[in-house]
Amino acid sequence: MGNGRWPSCPTPDPSPEGEGSKKEETMTYTGNRGLMLEEPLLFEKGAPDRCGVDLPDVPAVASRLGGLDRHRPIGLPGMSEPDVVRHFTRLSRQNYAIDMGIFPLGSCTMKHNPRLNEKMARLPGFADIHPLQPEATVQGALALIDQLAHWLTTLTNMPAVAMSPKAGAHGELCGMLAIRAAHDARGDARKVVLVPESAHGTNPATAAFCGYAVENIPADARGRVDLAAMRARLGPDVAAVMITNPNTCGLFEPDMIAICDAVHAAGAFVYCDGANFNAIVGRVRPGDLGIDAMHINLHKTFSTPHGGGGPGSGPVVFSAALAPFAPLPFVRKVGERFELVEEAQALASNDHDLSFGRMVAFHGQMGMFVRALSYMLSHGADGLRQVAEDAVLNANYVLRSLEDVFTAPFAASGPCMHEALFSDDFLEGTGLTTLDLAKALIDEGFHPMTMYFPLVVHGAMLVEPTETESKASLDQLIGALRSVATRMLAEPAEAFKTSPHLAPRRRLDETAAARRPVLTWREPEELAAAE
Amino acid sequence: MTLYFTKDHEWVSVDGTSGTVGITDYAQGQLGDVVFVEVPAAGTTVTKGTAAAVVESVKAASDVYSPVSGAVTGANAALEAEPALVNTDPEGRGWFFTLTLSAPDELDGLMDEAAYKTFVASL
Repeated sequence: MGNGRWPSCPTPDPSPEGEGSKKEETMTYTGNRGLMLEEPLLFEKGAPDRCGVDLPDVPAVASRLGGLDRHRPIGLPGMSEPDVVRHFTRLSRQNYAIDMGIFPLGSCTMKHNPRLNEKMARLPGFADIHPLQPEATVQGALALIDQLAHWLTTLTNMPAVAMSPKAGAHGELCGMLAIRAAHDARGDARKVVLVPESAHGTNPATAAFCGYAVENIPADARGRVDLAAMRARLGPDVAAVMITNPNTCGLFEPDMIAICDAVHAAGAFVYCDGANFNAIVGRVRPGDLGIDAMHINLHKTFSTPHGGGGPGSGPVVFSAALAPFAPLPFVRKVGERFELVEEAQALASNDHDLSFGRMVAFHGQMGMFVRALSYMLSHGADGLRQVAEDAVLNANYVLRSLEDVFTAPFAASGPCMHEALFSDDFLEGTGLTTLDLAKALIDEGFHPMTMYFPLVVHGAMLVEPTETESKASLDQLIGALRSVATRMLAEPAEAFKTSPHLAPRRRLDETAAARRPVLTWREPEELAAAE
Repeated sequence: MTLYFTKDHEWVSVDGTSGTVGITDYAQGQLGDVVFVEVPAAGTTVTKGTAAAVVESVKAASDVYSPVSGAVTGANAALEAEPALVNTDPEGRGWFFTLTLSAPDELDGLMDEAAYKTFVASL
């Protein structure tokens, strides 16, 4: 590893049939690998005598800081403008992004962010307004929020929507606070929230954050909620069930109506994690299933950038039973004008005085609202339906193309939804794991899929191809996965335990990173002194 | 001193009404490298089958359920600085907490070492 900063650069064996494990270690003078450029940290690169701007000398002024003046240097790296530009450009080249290739991770930004959305979001009437502007000057923005709300309530067949939650987990919190408010309003202090094993990991965290005791409901052999176990547990102490549909195994919960009926009969509410709405949009209306509250990730179903590319947005739709408890503010149309209702008391009819309050300072993620509505309008109702159909078709293509090599635990139960789930059972006896496969996939030029989640499957690999990808693109991914898996079964394990071999960095020590995290840069001598 | 095991891969070593709780070698193998352990404070009341501690590995964070009910009398402070003890010595120096059993007859529902070995072999 040379001086510890520059990685050694292995020369890949040109022939796949060759002695793949005998990789010759070579090192360039610069640490660069061809045009893949190494880049130190700004603090390592900077020099105190370098500067990008020519600042005038500070005039002599009497200090009014009462002895609090700083005398030590503040430690900012000195950089010229080209230094800075090159630094960030080089780093950006080492990043992997949806704009470079398929992103099978199945969360946040995993599908294309259409450029039309970006154009619309940059219209001055949306981009250059301020939340504290007089209402009369932002009628267009309020109309857009109202129109987006209309699309969301129509697509879900739910009567109300809270636009302000900032992302999925924030939406969960919004839904659960409304559920708690509804129970409080009828003086019913229920303490338990049931969460099936197939739910998203944020669901039990949200319930616990709202002060509920969380109890698990097992999954059945088909990877779905065990309906009998759920019915057996329901009772007067259960406030709500939080269920993810399609669930984290990438499967549709076919008993959803029966589940909702049973939950309602027990006096509880159904919260649905709608993060996977992209698999059913235009095909299934959650309101028809009996769901009481559900968040919709605009950054997932409706293509707004997230995961390093922009803020999330997680509007929550509500049933008639929960609508009165929804948070403020919300947009209302009065005659031909739109207004933002900020105070429950301001309402003529007191149908919102039960609102649990406010979650955020203003009205939500305006820039994401513009992008989501652009996506909806450019696709149309038929296009949104096709989004779901293509997402499901692509996932099933991946599932069926790989089930002969990979272990597909739920493949026998029928088609999957938007995600293809595999386990690492097929690697048993090789000494290799899901992690090794994921690292080898990096050498093939792909970002790995979701690993080790959901927990109900051993060594889970969850591939979400999305509707963005063409058949040719999917065939590339499938070919790479098949090739890696076949080689892992046939070749000596050692080479895979050290993969990736071709990435800018070799296998990182994840354990040391978690046990001894170094979160801030310090001068090398300072760091040495601390150890 | 008698060892008992749960289906969730916790062990409890019992001497009279004093117990020591940890996770099994099989559990640590499934979790992978443990990076963080959260143990209950002395004085906490734990209930059989409910979450009493948290173990986080490079793969996942998992609840550790108490095999028996009782009052926590001590926690393994060494795990804070050295969570790797759970990997290297899960059924020894990697113990999680000690407790005073409030319902010793709960032990009847647990497995002995032979039964647990058979159970793990069946997984």
